[in-house]
Amino acid sequence: MKEAISINNLSYSYPDGHQALTGVSLQITSGEKVALIGPNGAGKSTLLLHLNGILSGTGNIKIMGLEPTQENLPIIRALVGLVFQNPDDQLFSPTVFEDVAYGPIYQGLDKITVQSRVNQALDDVHMREYQERVSHHLSLGEKKRIAIATVLSMQPEILILDEPSSGLDPRARRELIRLLRELPQTLLVATHDLLLVRELLPRAVVIDGGRVAADGDTAEIFSDSFRLESHGLELPT
Amino acid sequence: MHLHIIDHYQKMKSPIHRLDGRVKLVFIVSVILSCTLLPTNAWPAYILLFSVMVALILLSDLNIAYVMKRSLLVLPFLLTALPLIFRASEPSIITYTVDKITITISQGGLIRFTSLGIKSWLSVIAAILLASTTSFTELLLAMRSLKTPRLLVAVFGLMWRYLFLMFEEVERLMRARLSRSGRDLSSPRRLGGSLMWRAGVTGGMAGSLFVRSLERSERVYNSMLARGYDGEIRSLEEPPIQSGVLLWLIIAVAGLFLLVIVTNLLMGSL
Repeated sequence: MKEAISINNLSYSYPDGHQALTGVSLQITSGEKVALIGPNGAGKSTLLLHLNGILSGTGNIKIMGLEPTQENLPIIRALVGLVFQNPDDQLFSPTVFEDVAYGPIYQGLDKITVQSRVNQALDDVHMREYQERVSHHLSLGEKKRIAIATVLSMQPEILILDEPSSGLDPRARRELIRLLRELPQTLLVATHDLLLVRELLPRAVVIDGGRVAADGDTAEIFSDSFRLESHGLELPT
Repeated sequence: MHLHIIDHYQKMKSPIHRLDGRVKLVFIVSVILSCTLLPTNAWPAYILLFSVMVALILLSDLNIAYVMKRSLLVLPFLLTALPLIFRASEPSIITYTVDKITITISQGGLIRFTSLGIKSWLSVIAAILLASTTSFTELLLAMRSLKTPRLLVAVFGLMWRYLFLMFEEVERLMRARLSRSGRDLSSPRRLGGSLMWRAGVTGGMAGSLFVRSLERSERVYNSMLARGYDGEIRSLEEPPIQSGVLLWLIIAVAGLFLLVIVTNLLMGSL
């Protein structure tokens, strides 16, 4: 199997000196579905921002075999679809179509390809009829799905989601889970929603205090409720 | 993350840092007012004010190179004064004639432009000195106890509070855009789209930021109402300014006043 994400001994501290990541190592093979769990401020989002070169710490990172050099960064950004926690940050165009088309247009694709990419991406999230809608007026659940479409239109190999289910009502959450299950990409999901993890992601990585605290089979990690609680996590009964 | 762009304050313990915020505010506002009221061509007065500023910067332990670099902020605003150079008043230094249009650079215009530039620059240095040695909360307190209209102080306070949030919001927007600015290996075409398209995207981002700020302001206002806000912002009383410091302040402000009067009498027209 091909290695999708390979991180070796990654450390990062913010400009204000706060150490966010310390010696993180993580290998994810193509097609794997992985959860990234841990308490608030554990370094989950910081780690995600390293995976498309927005932040760069010390250590080794390879995305689909590519090192994040200046030359490779644009390619890596097309390979990694990063969906941010707050969809409002991602949806900044007047209409849904323009938001979803941003990536393909930036890549310099021709008009017909852009249109077909947008159609495909919106079909994937079951939102085809929303093309001409105003992003701003959608519900949170709809916004989250459109945000996913905005990266799917770039046809990424790896899909990374930061807190995809936070703030969603049960129905929207159910739809999101169904949608994520349908997607063929390598999946890395940072979340506090452990039920979603149990349902969807066979492998879990626990991160706490900027270090990898546990990495392995989700069922196995979840069976140790004492360890979960020591990392500020709790599995609903 | 890049909050230093808006926050100049540097936490230090120099005599200037320890000085009462009200004293600093009154003095710096007087300096800026004096800069405005000084006539053009009053070079000795400019040099005097500049020396005072440098002395205060040295006394406050600030890095002088840092202050000077920051003060370059004044440059873009100087552009608005640039037409002064071409306002014809004799004697002219250079005269160009292109086709039928004559462009004249006059001595009077050049002097006015340079004077204005130096006066603005001095004012900016004074403002940087204040902002670097006084925390914003202290400034707000000073404004409040100096009887600045309460609404104005409240607006400053809220602006300061939410400017940071807005900055972070901008940062997140840019980050999300950058994340989707990739290259497709199968497409050999130029990256980045057309200029018009990029301008449109930027416009969309600005619009989205505006709408979100507006919504946030409504939520903030509602939460203020929920805590009993009735248009009046109350605060604790400030202790009086120490009499010794007050005396020095009066002397300094009187000195500035005198400087303005004397230079105007000697060099300008009152």
